[in-house]
Amino acid sequence: MSARSPLPNPIRAAFAAGEHEGTSIVSIGPSHPATHGTVQIIAELSGERILRTDVHCGYLHRGFEKECESHTWHNLIPYVDRLNYCSALINDFAYCDAVERLMGIKITPRCRYLRTLLAEYSRVADHLTCTAAMLMELGAMTAFLYLVMLRDYIYEHLAAVTGARVTYSFGRIGGLANDLPDGWLTRLEWILSEYDTFVGRVHGLIDRNRIFIDRMRDIGVLRTDEAINWGFTGPVLRSTGVPRDLRKDTPYLAYGELDFEVPVGINGDNYDRYYVRMREMDESVHMIRQLAGRLPPGPVSVDDRRCTLPPKHLVYTEIESLINHFKLIIDGPQVPAGEVYAAHEGANGELGFYLVSTGLGVPYKVHVRAPSFVHVGGIHRLLEGYQLADLVPTFGSVNMIGGECDR
Amino acid sequence: MAADVHDRIAERWAADALEIGPSHGLLALRVEPRRLTEVARSLKAEFGFDLLLDVTAVDWPAREPRFDVVYHFYSTRDFVRVRLKTRVAESAATVDSLAALYQSARFAERECHEMYGIGFRGNDDLRPALLYEGFVGHPLRKDYPKHREQPLVPYRT
Repeated sequence: MSARSPLPNPIRAAFAAGEHEGTSIVSIGPSHPATHGTVQIIAELSGERILRTDVHCGYLHRGFEKECESHTWHNLIPYVDRLNYCSALINDFAYCDAVERLMGIKITPRCRYLRTLLAEYSRVADHLTCTAAMLMELGAMTAFLYLVMLRDYIYEHLAAVTGARVTYSFGRIGGLANDLPDGWLTRLEWILSEYDTFVGRVHGLIDRNRIFIDRMRDIGVLRTDEAINWGFTGPVLRSTGVPRDLRKDTPYLAYGELDFEVPVGINGDNYDRYYVRMREMDESVHMIRQLAGRLPPGPVSVDDRRCTLPPKHLVYTEIESLINHFKLIIDGPQVPAGEVYAAHEGANGELGFYLVSTGLGVPYKVHVRAPSFVHVGGIHRLLEGYQLADLVPTFGSVNMIGGECDR
Repeated sequence: MAADVHDRIAERWAADALEIGPSHGLLALRVEPRRLTEVARSLKAEFGFDLLLDVTAVDWPAREPRFDVVYHFYSTRDFVRVRLKTRVAESAATVDSLAALYQSARFAERECHEMYGIGFRGNDDLRPALLYEGFVGHPLRKDYPKHREQPLVPYRT
């Protein structure tokens, strides 16, 4: 056995031990049971109070943006699924929307409504995951099980339409992979009524629970101006008291035609982040009910041979469709040269796709403005000054998703 | 509303911008690198662009200057977007940091620095954010081969 050389340290901490008298440095993560996601937090403590933190992400970096530059526009859809894997459909639709803007495609009314419905359904699943995990970390096991049970109903129900539980690859440039199967909307009604029952029970268990309030109130407080300065968007920004929501402010898909409110917090603390997410789910359910009641008939994909595959029976019977099919699969859709930035309200904040095309079937550049990445850049503002034990629920309340943060 | 803000920005910067015009719903603006901070300050103070969304770059190896550095701004008051671009050469790939104006620039510039090798004057923390210490090269540059491996620990044979 030869002596092994020590493992090189993959990170360089922003501060070292011994700079301040009487403080200690602890390293939490990168693999820690209480931080969901592989992230390393180096914290300087005085007793149990956090003085400074240095947050390191990147452990899940897999070269997403580099990889995108060597696949056709369509082939990226499974990759974008894996950004925020708690609400993969929102990524799909935001990416497709960006490409469609470059190509000048207007999606069909049914597709617009279905995308909105499925995006809101995903948002409910994402918020359920985040809230459940945050509550479980504070010991609320019953609430966790109620919420995750609901999430599992949604996952199975989405599997019935997309064929997969978590990463769906369901968006298509110019439409969707499929229409809804028969009976899907009936089951949807049942799941939404279960949602009302069990989320109601969680409200009863948690909202006015003394232990919960003591752990969450006035912890991880963020002011609005500070949140905007550090780039926070989504539920974290709304918890500080401003109703900034892209679904309302710059309506896309069918949001302009729907009735919904933008819930806001008061204080910008952990409790408000919990409550904003809970109320947002209610609004999403309200939207889903409206959408399900007035789904327009018609096709789900545009009839545009630049992006939509020809019907299978034509591929087998006429040469033009066969060539069209091959061209779309091998060369990819020819996206006009140009650049576009399209932003959707993801479950955790503004999800933006910046695409650069040179007119080929392969993107020149794909950049994702991932809310989690920006939030990790400012998360130390929420952690510093509080107890070490607050780190776990505060980190949970931001819902950092490794897939989109590290790309 | 968006058109109105865009018109006012276009009017204010028409003389100094190298390119200015609409681009799929936002206003795209290209300026010389030395004007970057000045324009960003004006966007923030005069036009209410309080949210710096994102900093990235685009590599055009055959072009001189080689890199586009790209910023996206959003106004939470008027719900309007602006894309600000500047070009830098490979030999002098450094621009001024916007960290003094927007705290969100600090982390975004770290990513742009490691991925493209763009320097940001005034950002004191340009450690790798997604990559690791000792990583050689800038992976999102077009001349970085996709399959290059840089293992931290030698593979067992």
